[in-house]
Amino acid sequence: MFKRILIANRGEIAVRVIRACREMGIESVAVYSDVDRRALHVRKADFCEYLGPAQPSESYLNIPKILEAARRSGAEAIHPGYGFLSENAKFARACREAGIVFIGPSPESMEMMGSKTKARQNMRKANVPFVPGTETGLTSAAEALTVAEAIGYPVMLKAAAGGGGKGMRMVRTSAELASALEAAQSEALRSFGDSEVYIEKFIENPRHVEMQIFGDTQGNVIYLAERECSVQRRHQKVLEEAPCSFVDPDMRRRMGEVAVQVGKAAKYFNAGTVEFLVDAQKNFYFLEMNTRLQVEHPVTELITGIDLVQLQFLVAAGEPLPIQQQDVTLRGHAMELRIYAEDPDNNFFPSPGRITRLMSPSGPGIRRDTGVYEGWVVPLDYDPLLAKLIAYGESRQQVIKRLRRALSEYFIGGIKTNLSLFRRILQHPDFEAARVDTGFLDRLLPEPRATDARTERRVPIVAITAAIFAQQAPPGAQPTHHDDGLQADGPPAAASAQSGNAKPSGWKAAALIEGLR
Amino acid sequence: MKYEILIDGHPHQVHLERVAQGYECTVDGEAFALDVAMTARDVLSIIHQGRQYEAKREYSLMGETHIIIGSERFTAEVRDPRSLRSRRAAAGAETGPAKIVAPMPGKIVRVIAAEGDEVEAGQPIVVVEAMKMQNEIKANKKGKVTKIAVKEGSAVNAGDLLAIVE
Repeated sequence: MFKRILIANRGEIAVRVIRACREMGIESVAVYSDVDRRALHVRKADFCEYLGPAQPSESYLNIPKILEAARRSGAEAIHPGYGFLSENAKFARACREAGIVFIGPSPESMEMMGSKTKARQNMRKANVPFVPGTETGLTSAAEALTVAEAIGYPVMLKAAAGGGGKGMRMVRTSAELASALEAAQSEALRSFGDSEVYIEKFIENPRHVEMQIFGDTQGNVIYLAERECSVQRRHQKVLEEAPCSFVDPDMRRRMGEVAVQVGKAAKYFNAGTVEFLVDAQKNFYFLEMNTRLQVEHPVTELITGIDLVQLQFLVAAGEPLPIQQQDVTLRGHAMELRIYAEDPDNNFFPSPGRITRLMSPSGPGIRRDTGVYEGWVVPLDYDPLLAKLIAYGESRQQVIKRLRRALSEYFIGGIKTNLSLFRRILQHPDFEAARVDTGFLDRLLPEPRATDARTERRVPIVAITAAIFAQQAPPGAQPTHHDDGLQADGPPAAASAQSGNAKPSGWKAAALIEGLR
Repeated sequence: MKYEILIDGHPHQVHLERVAQGYECTVDGEAFALDVAMTARDVLSIIHQGRQYEAKREYSLMGETHIIIGSERFTAEVRDPRSLRSRRAAAGAETGPAKIVAPMPGKIVRVIAAEGDEVEAGQPIVVVEAMKMQNEIKANKKGKVTKIAVKEGSAVNAGDLLAIVE
């Protein structure tokens, strides 16, 4: 086994990997940029290497700097986490050439799955069902029209190099096709430097179900059950669970076997995820393969009892998988909520800044994978994922109750988060009944909010609370938005609203009281 | 001590008196005897007739005070004639010029409207990028763009002036 591993990432996933290292007696090396000196992953690591300025291209995406950090620190292997360089075949190859183990698949497997059209060609060869459409980029609008006619509208145009909803267009009629193709191609070129766009049938309100697979360098590949990831906003997952209530044991076995087939076709080793679209008739189609550890891996860990990160280390060190397919048993249910620094009441605007107060849930069945702490300033330079709240229980119903309970204990002050969104999701009758598809969240958001019966009872307590705070305002009791420039950032509207003082100071509150006396 | 406090915009008369066992209060004439403990900065544990409430205070980006109980958020304002006047002046955006400010720190990636443009309410003015996301900042009223205060590529802090629509 490795003695020292460098984690080429930040935030909650870096902390997650560091924890796996510590449990296995492996020393961890964190890397950081200018704005991350105080980040949690740096505080948790055994060794730290500075990379450079905040821009990812100068730090977490900079291959030479990361390899240099690995050499300096004496790390034998690099865990890429997710995002950043995790699916970059060039990086995996550079690691191999530098004699450092990349904890993930081979660059060849990554390249094979990286382009969606190439993946579709390979799936055709491996006899894997995928969404009907082309396996090569479209060469003309005329070709697009012919294919669309054959597979039937609506259709989806997608960038071969795509991801994150970019370079994608849904087309309902032939009249829109030519202009949509042009738009998708130019967006693909701008976003990915590659204008290749292919066409596939659009499946109305599908479920997004993915299968976790794991391979070793001896050629064994197993599947570790599915995850339901249909609760999404703008193609970004918000909540995931395992197992998926829509998938019965027979369907699980068939999907799992297809996923293993995909893995074997790509000579895949280490952790990977095969994504499927599932229609209302339970037909499933290969969508794409993610050649890395997923954000939502904890739900699989909880129902299988397998530590996926530790298994990654093992396989990367050349060991065979310690378990076979028949050893994989599922127990209970797990659900993960992605806590983002964004304001659900204001169009999901990002909300970086200082976390002035953090009260975290714990107790039975609760796991929190987090990258933040009270007093830390969430930088505006990176992804807004703060933490993941994960619950485990014997049944889906129990997990929902646990999460509702945990949310009542969770408080993040100073910045806006999407915690309130989860309270709505977990109380929604469709969600409780597991009637979810990729359109669920878009249908829920415009719904009027349920009024809480407790509100009325709380109003006088709130009024008294405000009065008590106003009374004991002087020294110490005031907010400390001071150092990191947050006070200076106070908006002009607020400043004028408070008589020229951006934040109510102690003496000001006292003066207010005096004035009212 | 007497306070007039606006909770979500509705006024309440609060009378507060410190006693050995906490506070004796009235809210709009109704009496409340409370046991109050401060458990952390900005966090109170309040017991009323055996029922426990954990109340938290925080300030919004726009300077409002929020009181949170359980998962419910209330805006609270201790009323003061002076601040009320100034708040009206600041909020008097329906007539006259309306400032468009950055709702979060970030980088200006695109300026969509130009000075002199006539815009509708809700029309995008600039695009701010933060945390890997691009966000359209829209006009808050119909009118003429009299000022664009930022350039593409410039960094802004929360609350910085982006544009003025008159």
